[in-house]
Amino acid sequence: MGLFGRKTVTVDADILVIGGGMAGTGATYESRYWGRDLKIVCVEKANIERSGAVAQGLYAINCYMGMQWGENQPEDHVRYARNDLMGLVREDLGYDIARHVDGTVHKFEEWGLPMMRDPKTGRYQREGKWQIMIHGESYKPIVAEAARKAASEVHNRIMVTHLLMDQKAKRVAGAVGFNVRTGDYCVFRAKAVIVCAGGASHIFKPRSVGEGMGRTWYAPWSSASAYALPIQVGAKMMQMENRIVLARFKDGYGPVGAYFLHLKTYTQNGYGEEYESKWKEHTRALVGDYIDHHPTPTCLRNHAFLQEVAAGRGPIRMVTTEAFQDPHKETVGWENFLGMTIGQAVVWASQNIDPKYINPELTTSEPYVMGSHATCSGAWASGPEDYAPSDYQWGYNRMMTVDGLFGAGDTIGGTAHKFSSGSFTEGRIAAKAAVRYVMEKGKAQPEVSDEEVRELERTIFQPLETYRVGRNEIVAGTVSPSYILPLHGLQRLEKIMDEYAGGISTNYMTNDKLLNRGLELLKMLKEDMRQIGAEDLHQLQRAWELQHRLLASESVTRHTLYREETRWPGYYYRGDFMKLDDEKWHCFTLSRYDRKTGEWTMEKAPVYHIVD
Amino acid sequence: MPTFVYMTRCDGCGHCVDICPSDIMHIDKTYRRALNIEPNMCWECYSCVKACPMQAIDCRGYADFAPLGHSVRALREEKKGTIAWKIRFRDGREKNFLSPIRTTPWGTIKGPAEYAAPRAEDFNRQELAHEPDSLKIEGGLPALRREQLKQGVV
Ligand SMILES: Cc1cc2nc3c(=O)[nH]c(=O)nc-3n(C[C@H](O)[C@H](O)[C@H](O)COP(=O)(O)OP(=O)(O)OC[C@H]3O[C@@H](n4cnc5c(N)ncnc54)[C@H](O)[C@@H]3O)c2cc1C
Ligand code: SF4
Ligand code: SF4
Repeated sequence: MGLFGRKTVTVDADILVIGGGMAGTGATYESRYWGRDLKIVCVEKANIERSGAVAQGLYAINCYMGMQWGENQPEDHVRYARNDLMGLVREDLGYDIARHVDGTVHKFEEWGLPMMRDPKTGRYQREGKWQIMIHGESYKPIVAEAARKAASEVHNRIMVTHLLMDQKAKRVAGAVGFNVRTGDYCVFRAKAVIVCAGGASHIFKPRSVGEGMGRTWYAPWSSASAYALPIQVGAKMMQMENRIVLARFKDGYGPVGAYFLHLKTYTQNGYGEEYESKWKEHTRALVGDYIDHHPTPTCLRNHAFLQEVAAGRGPIRMVTTEAFQDPHKETVGWENFLGMTIGQAVVWASQNIDPKYINPELTTSEPYVMGSHATCSGAWASGPEDYAPSDYQWGYNRMMTVDGLFGAGDTIGGTAHKFSSGSFTEGRIAAKAAVRYVMEKGKAQPEVSDEEVRELERTIFQPLETYRVGRNEIVAGTVSPSYILPLHGLQRLEKIMDEYAGGISTNYMTNDKLLNRGLELLKMLKEDMRQIGAEDLHQLQRAWELQHRLLASESVTRHTLYREETRWPGYYYRGDFMKLDDEKWHCFTLSRYDRKTGEWTMEKAPVYHIVD
Repeated sequence: MPTFVYMTRCDGCGHCVDICPSDIMHIDKTYRRALNIEPNMCWECYSCVKACPMQAIDCRGYADFAPLGHSVRALREEKKGTIAWKIRFRDGREKNFLSPIRTTPWGTIKGPAEYAAPRAEDFNRQELAHEPDSLKIEGGLPALRREQLKQGVV
């Protein structure tokens, strides 16, 4: 029994995987392949059967080379991702995922994931150059089964709040958190840790703030833990300014990939006109010949969308009425949503929108911070041993700048367009390296100070105590002078980020004055977090999700302030530096947080390209 | 569409509580049946709907943008390996869809430890488990040469 008569559960592991989503299940599987005798523990805040961004399933695997049929080579994917991110991706890491990803997808098929096949060629049915179509309703349960077969233990419903460090040996030593069901304090001691905790929604105020605020594009449970956990222990982050804005079907945020690529639907303005080409010269003035790249970078397409709407010619619509006359295409269009964004089907059913007869509206979403889509925020990681330049290599593949701390999926920066298959693959890459780390360097069980473990326990459960005491001051209700509730804090965070760091209400515009003011307000919110109250364990989880979002938001704001250019118009704009500036900013931005002083250190890192 | 639970169908089994990725399906202490405690943190992911053995959970589109009168129902049958969908529009029109969910029996995935153990030299190579065979290509795992990566703007 610990403080307040609470039970402490201590688990010793060789490898600890935090988050059992796509990357985490991949990491768990691969850890066992290489570490036959190791104790491999996967810890997850929900239930790995349906956790993470793939909880509802997917209708496409968006990263598959098709090397067996000579469709694409890994280099091609690197060039594609580089082009889409306006020149700035970690090409060494991206190539590494691309060279392994086909093997992962072939395993998925063997495990029982239904793949669609082209009836003429017998190959996987392509949705686009990189995407293949699947019946993926059970994608997550299938990879979860593989992970359960591999893990020594899977611990569901444990919210991980902090990483543990061996201060003497300067290496990671595990993690702590609490069981959301029992309230037990959980201490995991491990020789290597792989963070696979997904991306971040609800950093910026979403378009819907009523009952529908959970209908964000990325899952509402993507709580930025992937960034906050490493940031807290001083791991370097990269490109945190590189948030993503998505053009999606209105309100439901149903994906548009299959519509553009497979169904060949296209967009037009409210008056039925093509508009993208009109903005080409305007965009050229901002970014130069990046506008001529093929395919047009996602952010630049957003930029044209935003300009057209600002010019008073909205709404932008997807022309579906032609394609949907074909019954096969109509089925694909609907199943695409039922397989991964069911909410879109509901919006259409409720508003009598049948895309066979009505061209549905699109909108641009609030910004998201993540590392696996058309964006690449995340941790700064060491590259593959066989070819990464020395600037990118200081240890094991996918190890962060903290010894023994690895990551994969949304957690790792610089590797845009890895998606579900690439995240699983990156989990595998990180796991093999982590096993090697444990075998070569990490043999001894790291030491954790008992004092630190007890101090963290007090910190973690404080919101319950704050609520219990403060609650007696007031009659009833949610308004107290002594505490704020997690939802209050979340809405304040979203408002600050929205108004000061380039959210929807400023049309994604910000500048140094706004960002600095935003930082002042974030600081006060950080102070108020000492007075966050939690009524029960569920609210305690929300309180810690908010803590993680807040730390990630601070990082986003610092990075946005540091990069003095507008690299990705359509994702965000620096009003004081409206142009892309390759001379000064063809580089990565890196940050490091010092938790003792609360200071951030910023630096630039070079970009290496495959040149041939 | 946040979820809600029909009082007469729910028997309080807790499957929805166990699966919800948002931790918002809870058992009401008075009624001993499930409810969504935080509709504004619901992703409409349908994990709970699919998991409920009593078909007790349904969704009503988010009040702030979905007019009433619609429904999207799912029936996921693991043994058959299918999921069936019924969409009803506000004006009464209906659409039905049926998709496969898995091609192999549940529980049959071969765990990684059931494969031959890797050799000592494999640890220092770049191949992952099952590679290079699983890539289905000739010539082994592709790689870059270090000198192919250079600084500059391309
Ligand atoms: C609407 C939508 C459509 C998409 N479409 C496609 C597509 O068509 N094709 C495709 O290939 N990809 C698609 N993706 C992208 C894909 O889902 C992601 O790239 C992938 O899931 C990222 O993997 P991950 O492991 O990093 O994160 P996730 O899969 O989200 O996993 C993160 C895990 O960490 C857990 N976790 C988080 N915080 C904590 C904590 N503090 N303690 C313990 N556990 C924690 C979470 O519960 C979760 O299980 C789509 C995503 C979305 C949202
Ligand atoms: S799964 Fe269905 S029957 Fe069981 S508690 Fe939930 S709503 Fe009730
Ligand atoms: S639809 Fe998803 S998020 Fe909503 S209550 Fe059900 S399982 Fe939870």
